[in-house]
Amino acid sequence: MGWAIALHGGAGDIPRSLPPELRQPREAALRHCLQIGVDALKAARSPLDVVELVVRELEDHPNFNAGKGSVLTSNGTVEMEACIMDGNTKKCGAVSGLTTVKNAVSLARLVMEKTPHIYLGFDGAEAFAREQGIETVDSSHFITPENIDRLKQAKEANRVQIDYTQPIQKVEEEEASLPNGDSQIGTVGCVAVDSYGNIAAATSTGGLVNKMVGRIGDTPIIGAGTYANSLCAVSATGKGEAIIRATVARDVAALMEYKGLSLKEAAAYVINECAPSRTAGLVAVSATGEVAMPFNTVGMFRACATQDGYSEVAIWPNESCSCD
Amino acid sequence: MTSTGWAIALHGGAGDIPRSMPPERRQLLEAALRHSLQIGVNALKANQSTLDVVELVVRTLEDNPNFNAGKGSDLASNGSAEMEACIMDGNTMKCGAVSGLTTVKNPISLSRLVMDKTPHIYLGFNGAEAFAREQGVETVDQSYFVTQENIDKLKQAQASTQEVKAEALLSSGNGTTGTVGCVAVDSYGNLAAATSTGGCTNKMVGRISASPLVGAGTYANNLCAVSATGNGEAIMRATVAREVGAVMEYKGLSVKEAAEYVIGERVPNLTTGLIAVSATGQVTMTFNTTGMFRACATQDGYTQVGIWPNELSD
Repeated sequence: MGWAIALHGGAGDIPRSLPPELRQPREAALRHCLQIGVDALKAARSPLDVVELVVRELEDHPNFNAGKGSVLTSNGTVEMEACIMDGNTKKCGAVSGLTTVKNAVSLARLVMEKTPHIYLGFDGAEAFAREQGIETVDSSHFITPENIDRLKQAKEANRVQIDYTQPIQKVEEEEASLPNGDSQIGTVGCVAVDSYGNIAAATSTGGLVNKMVGRIGDTPIIGAGTYANSLCAVSATGKGEAIIRATVARDVAALMEYKGLSLKEAAAYVINECAPSRTAGLVAVSATGEVAMPFNTVGMFRACATQDGYSEVAIWPNESCSCD
Repeated sequence: MTSTGWAIALHGGAGDIPRSMPPERRQLLEAALRHSLQIGVNALKANQSTLDVVELVVRTLEDNPNFNAGKGSDLASNGSAEMEACIMDGNTMKCGAVSGLTTVKNPISLSRLVMDKTPHIYLGFNGAEAFAREQGVETVDQSYFVTQENIDKLKQAQASTQEVKAEALLSSGNGTTGTVGCVAVDSYGNLAAATSTGGCTNKMVGRISASPLVGAGTYANNLCAVSATGNGEAIMRATVAREVGAVMEYKGLSVKEAAEYVIGERVPNLTTGLIAVSATGQVTMTFNTTGMFRACATQDGYTQVGIWPNELSD
């Protein structure tokens, strides 16, 4: 069976015309984060530790919509959220509305381990962060020039964007072809299983460009953007509202349990039949070491590796890929 | 789909409700449940949409100081009420949710506005309060929600030892009840669910529970509408409301069987209750706690108001 790990940096309308200077750093980041996760699994770290570690790396990377590089609210601020879940115990932790916590996923883990609760939000979550002595920074740490531009564009177009827009003609044409004018990337996440069947999931995000202050997405909602039980671990990405309605992460596991589908079948079914087109992607691993990375968007920044030596880093759909 | 008649169920919370409750209090609460039920039944008979019906009924329960939602909400560790709610429409699967409200008189109505007036599903805390003001929903001074009973409960909880505190938070709502909710279906199979709560006594400021989370405390699709109550954390882990729908869909269970399965097998004992209706007009009110304040009615004339388990099945 062996260990397996998968991670994502967001699903959405990632244009194939993405210029090399934007594409290569992201692919390199995915490869780097994958290696960190693989090394940790090989060093027999628990999957809970592994997913936290990998998501922290993705949060610290400014090119993904989580932590540093989070997209901005309508006020020009960041409000970050995250969730972590341990499949075997079904213990979980979630946070929303963070503005100064450097690694939201680590605060989510502290909620899980140090409180009688699962989910803390906004001022209460920030206060808890200070009680715990977790690393906090000035809010400006998270804000990048690209995201200031994205917010400006979104305000000019007077819409809420789910992802990164490229400031080039072609992309706007592609965007215009979408029914709601939104492009669809968001979040980072990681799922991992070790060779003993210990299994975990973690997701982290800045949310939607130009979202209303206080808007909560799918990421911190157990069963929507994040879920793990003894069968599988799932982290979803895309249009938060669609993922919430379709209880994406929970349904993958429910199909495995109640209809006996394999991980790949369950994941494909949820993405293709339950989530509206061009709204969602996910990464998932099963307790038996399978991996699935399906998406119904143009692309999804993703990477995976399994103990038998398979590994993949990709953005758009592959011709041949045994991962999805 | 053939028309099978409307059905409605509501709850005022599941938990460790002592049978030693004084008769006056018991009668007061039963009368409140009966009253809210009648309001819901009248609205269904008047052909109001099920979305309107569940909002209306939950508003009456929020306004009643004897239930843990709106006025009468359990207090957080800082002595304030921090309220949350969720509403979902089974046909469209549109939903709205709010958390961290401190001045909004009827959280369920704000959650409906999030659903109807924003591109989002869920707003929390300052952002939700700001939205409330933009929308002109009724807001009141924070003291409105605070009852002497809940001040006393909070004092008691804070005076307890660490172990007792942790135990109480982990149990089904600190010896009383959590949340209010309503589910309804009309004779065309349109389903809706709504849940509202103050959370649990002495919760950490900022703590979000199951009620506003689609799939945990609240859920509706074209098969069923569900509102859950009890220990929020247990309900979240088990994604209770979605689970009822999932086993109906994936295992072909009836809504009663699905509810019994979820309550019996998927959540720890003494933690959870739920009410649910199906598109075909079935109702179920199932709980594994000592009691659950509840009421239901169906178009064929059946009605029930209860607190503890009945000898007659639901």
